[in-house]
Amino acid sequence: MNSASHSEDAVRSALAALAPRLRPAARTISGLMRLSGGATQEIWRFDLDTTEGSQPLIMRRAPGGDRRSEAGVGLNVEAQLIAAARASGVSVPEVLHVLAPEDGLGHGFIMEFVAGETLGGRIVKAASLAGARQTLAYSCGQILARIHSIDPGRFPSLAHQTPADLIEQWHAAYRRGSVRRPVFDLAFHELSASRPPPPVKARLVHGDFRNGNLMIGPEGVRAVLDWELAHIGDPMEDLGWLCVNSWRFGRIEKPVGGFGEYADLYAGYEAAGGAPVNREMATWWEMFGTLRWGVMCAGSLAAFRSVDATVERAMIARRTSETEIDLLRLMAN
Amino acid sequence: MQDQPSPREILCAIAAFLRNTVILNSDPHTAFQARVAANAVDLVLRQLELSTTGEAAELMRLQALLGHTGTLAELNTALAEALASGAKGISTPGVSEHLRATTLEKLQVDQPNYSGYRAALERPLKDT
Repeated sequence: MNSASHSEDAVRSALAALAPRLRPAARTISGLMRLSGGATQEIWRFDLDTTEGSQPLIMRRAPGGDRRSEAGVGLNVEAQLIAAARASGVSVPEVLHVLAPEDGLGHGFIMEFVAGETLGGRIVKAASLAGARQTLAYSCGQILARIHSIDPGRFPSLAHQTPADLIEQWHAAYRRGSVRRPVFDLAFHELSASRPPPPVKARLVHGDFRNGNLMIGPEGVRAVLDWELAHIGDPMEDLGWLCVNSWRFGRIEKPVGGFGEYADLYAGYEAAGGAPVNREMATWWEMFGTLRWGVMCAGSLAAFRSVDATVERAMIARRTSETEIDLLRLMAN
Repeated sequence: MQDQPSPREILCAIAAFLRNTVILNSDPHTAFQARVAANAVDLVLRQLELSTTGEAAELMRLQALLGHTGTLAELNTALAEALASGAKGISTPGVSEHLRATTLEKLQVDQPNYSGYRAALERPLKDT
């Protein structure tokens, strides 16, 4: 049925056969471990054993090797995005290899393993990261400016999304649900009335740049992760999403990811060559991001009742109200 | 009359079992799921206690805002339509008070520790 390896043993032998092509000095692999297996991606960790020692690596691949995900840019484009970001000075893991059919592992890629903290709750609280938190908002601004400097023409398969397209897309997603939420209708109405025009210069947008998708060490950002929602659009979308209260992990008084201030984010962005930040538009994108996350939470109800009847899914559906109080706060300002 | 312990007491025992036994004896992934499950039991306990009074108040406010009667779902749909069309807005008398009260009633059950909920309780509604 399927040329890709399903079992752990099959993955191990396929990776061992691939080892010399990852590094000429490599003989085999060891310590294979499946880190997560969601509906969209599998993540595996293993060590590449060479005569000089071993190097920890990560393989991300489609579930079962070859099921394609409906949403997202696809693993091959994700590998290209990470390589382009690296060339623009963004900290990302080095991609060593994009899986080819003859590797027998399906679709995906192999990249270096970067150690660090990704859990948002620890990033905003851990004493060991107190120093990093001082400069994180500024660094995020710089990183976003570098991502937005990548030529979007290099990624012809990515969707182009204007603010009007995004409102239409997420409004349709909201209305596919069975529940009417007056706060969402009010927010869509307000956002629609004040929406920015299509960007003069459309940029590569990361699409999920937030606390939780950043690998952090005591010295700062070690890697920007999860490029699968990248698209072409208004670069302010990324700045707004980073400030959505749900990604502040309880630190509402630190608007940037629960660790920093707006002024530092914008200063870092502008210093690294990003376009001057229009504060009003940045707030519009923060409110849009809050509504987008709210629609995603609300959509968990249908998922819970059909394909994913887990407690976790039920509890995400019950997080919808947190976005409603955030929307009301943003609209009162 | 049903025998005791009550549903509330049994649910409390389930949450304690998840927290004190399952989490401590599980692999990290299962422990995470057990923590989520314990939080879900707590949510159900809060809803058992709070929802009837909250929903009665919501129904009264919706009837006053819309000037007609109906079920909660019907009245919420009617208000949603009015806000979507712009027939009513954030500055329509009673709208922001109603939306805030309804959202706070939900958060009291869903996420009483959520930072946005805590901030809203500390900061009364701005003058509109």
